[in-house]
Amino acid sequence: MLFDDPVFASRLLTLLTLSFHIIYATIGVGVPLMIMIAQWIGIKKNDMHYIMMARRWAKGFVVTVAVGVVTGTIIGLQLSLLWPNFMELAGNIIALPLFMEVFAFFFEAIFLGIYLYTWDRFENPKKHFLLLVPVALGGGMSAVFITIVNSFMNSPAGFDIVGGQLVNANPLLAMFTPAMPTKVTHVLATAYMTIAFMLAAIAAFKLIKGSNHVYHKKALYMTMKIGLVFAIATALLGDLSGKYLAEYQPEKLAAAEWHFETEEGAPLLMYGVLDENQEVKYAIRVPFALSILAHGNPTSEVIGLDQFAEEEQPPLVIHYYFDLMVTIGMFMILLALVYWIGIKRAWPFVKSTWYRWLIVLGGPLSFLAIESGWWLAEVGRQPWILRGIMTVDQGATTSDYVGHMFILFAGLYLVLGIGTVVVLKRIFKNDPLEKDLEKMQGGDPS
Amino acid sequence: MSLEILGIVVLWLFLFGYVIVGSIDYGAGFFNAHSIITGKQHILSNIISRYLSPVWEVTNVFFVFFFVGIVGFFPQTAYYFGTILLLPGSIALILLAIRGSYYAFESYGNKGHRGYAFMYGLSGLLIPASLSIVLTISEGGFVSIVDGNPVLDYKALFTSPLTWSIVVLSIAAVLYISAVFLTWYANKTGDVTATDLMRKYAIGWSIPLIIAASGIIFELKFHNEEHFSRIIDLWWMFGLSFLLWLGTVWLLWKRRSYGVAFVLLAGQFALAFFAYGISHYPYLLYPFLTIHEGFTNRAMAISLVVVFILGMALLIPSLYLLLKLFLFDKDYVQGIKNKKE
Repeated sequence: MLFDDPVFASRLLTLLTLSFHIIYATIGVGVPLMIMIAQWIGIKKNDMHYIMMARRWAKGFVVTVAVGVVTGTIIGLQLSLLWPNFMELAGNIIALPLFMEVFAFFFEAIFLGIYLYTWDRFENPKKHFLLLVPVALGGGMSAVFITIVNSFMNSPAGFDIVGGQLVNANPLLAMFTPAMPTKVTHVLATAYMTIAFMLAAIAAFKLIKGSNHVYHKKALYMTMKIGLVFAIATALLGDLSGKYLAEYQPEKLAAAEWHFETEEGAPLLMYGVLDENQEVKYAIRVPFALSILAHGNPTSEVIGLDQFAEEEQPPLVIHYYFDLMVTIGMFMILLALVYWIGIKRAWPFVKSTWYRWLIVLGGPLSFLAIESGWWLAEVGRQPWILRGIMTVDQGATTSDYVGHMFILFAGLYLVLGIGTVVVLKRIFKNDPLEKDLEKMQGGDPS
Repeated sequence: MSLEILGIVVLWLFLFGYVIVGSIDYGAGFFNAHSIITGKQHILSNIISRYLSPVWEVTNVFFVFFFVGIVGFFPQTAYYFGTILLLPGSIALILLAIRGSYYAFESYGNKGHRGYAFMYGLSGLLIPASLSIVLTISEGGFVSIVDGNPVLDYKALFTSPLTWSIVVLSIAAVLYISAVFLTWYANKTGDVTATDLMRKYAIGWSIPLIIAASGIIFELKFHNEEHFSRIIDLWWMFGLSFLLWLGTVWLLWKRRSYGVAFVLLAGQFALAFFAYGISHYPYLLYPFLTIHEGFTNRAMAISLVVVFILGMALLIPSLYLLLKLFLFDKDYVQGIKNKKE
């Protein structure tokens, strides 16, 4: 199957590359903002610990950036290699944000290089801090532009097809599609949330492992607070995304909620499984909740899967991705909120080892939520590559050897993934915090 | 100038940028590996990493810019080249990925593993070779249309002398460009031993370069006569390019003005690169795709050009800042740490 069918192999390879790239891309978007905040607080409060945080995060960041850059290059070229028919059509309408993304990437690359190698070249720390603005902005804008491209695939706009020919192309309308506002903001908020919780997990882990340094406590408190803000923002934006789906991609919402029949006052199904007869079992029914999620009104009508031809229905498996994403999101809000209140009110248990273990768990869980969110969004628009216009079968390459390439790239990502972990561990093992604090004055980041 | 021409000129310019900065990067990796194996590591490694560390990521963007740009301006290239290049493209991507991540792992993580350095140097020669296959394919004769889809004839490709001449040219060019640049850069650091070593490499690679380049023109006569005759029409551009090559070699020989030598080299490659590009006009993939057929719609072309101009307005000052801080900063290139306003 994998070696015979270029369509299936192309789908798998794209899934693999993107799932791997998202991890690094999220780090690439989120970490510069955290570095910026830490360095800003450090300068404002004149507190060496926050400057140190910025410095140590930046040191780990360069390693992940490298993998983010190469996997980003891979997916950029794979779009044309695996989906040539799609790119030929899409190139006519959606090339503009792709092009802009490269410029954003350019700025990030240039200023990141300057930032990393000029720690000791400016008398005035604020000048060095300013170099981070284009880095964080470039990272954020890359995410914005590339998500615009993805939004276009979900709700194509800005052109007409007359007799198989594309006419009236309007690149600006293609960028500002109905899917774009919720997607872009949701992607940004989840990236910042995930990275805050990832850095919190590291700090909590250090505290569990016996380092009682005030540096880690400051890092933990700061990142949990940032994480909380973005987690709440994520939930609000997620609600808006649900309303977008109900309006513009009802089949995706219906499949994600196992909402088979169009009805008013629709209930929300949480968890559960599908048995072999496609019957839902063990699910929690929350009456009217789906109508509220879809239209903000408990009695409103929600379109079900019955309104769609069978070959245009997304796979029902996306319900599990939806559950996973939402559950983790809610769990993280609760965890961060309790921690924040707990610190304010001096509840002892938020400093206990078991609570810190939960925070450690929160890091990988947030990444899992990102992955399942993307699987939900992408698998949920099957069978379309361009919703309503081109199916994935029509977009895929006709060339052989795609299955072999899948094996090659899987091996590559395995090496890169292991390499990242090994190198990061070695950097921080050879350079413990205490040593770093001692040589705070001067020194280069390598 | 029509929008098609403007588009291809912009892309060709960026490809030229990638050829120069990429060659420096790839060649540096090779010379670094070579110096480790021959026990001269102490001479070169510092200089190479001091240059490469802040700029390797920027180098990569030039490449991304080119392939995103060509799909934007000429969407049909995605269809033709995308379908044909799955295999060579994927291999080049894997090499690029190993090389890029390895560089970061090595320079920010642990240092000095011989086996890795060897792989790094080797991949630097294989990547230009695998990418240059695109140039061979675009000459025509290796692609046929089967059931309405383009298919690449690998056997014809790998048995063609043209393919191998272009591979040789790309490797020689990488090593030559890199050696001339590093001679200049080493000279700025004041390191006499490194300068002498790089100068020797630069002069050594100048001869294979010019032989391979002339050989390709000769082979095109039998492979694609139409293209060959257009090259002959542009004889004066190639001639000027040759004179600049003579100038570079002469300056290197006389140990004079390495900076000027590098500028002459850039001029030499720019002339040859654009002369080649102009002679290829109007084809992107001979004989299936011309720049007129493959061009995007007018609205997209105009918006891409506008974005390009805006992007350049931000990009050029940033690049200038990068060069000022790392290439033209005396203290940095000499490895002195400094505090300044």
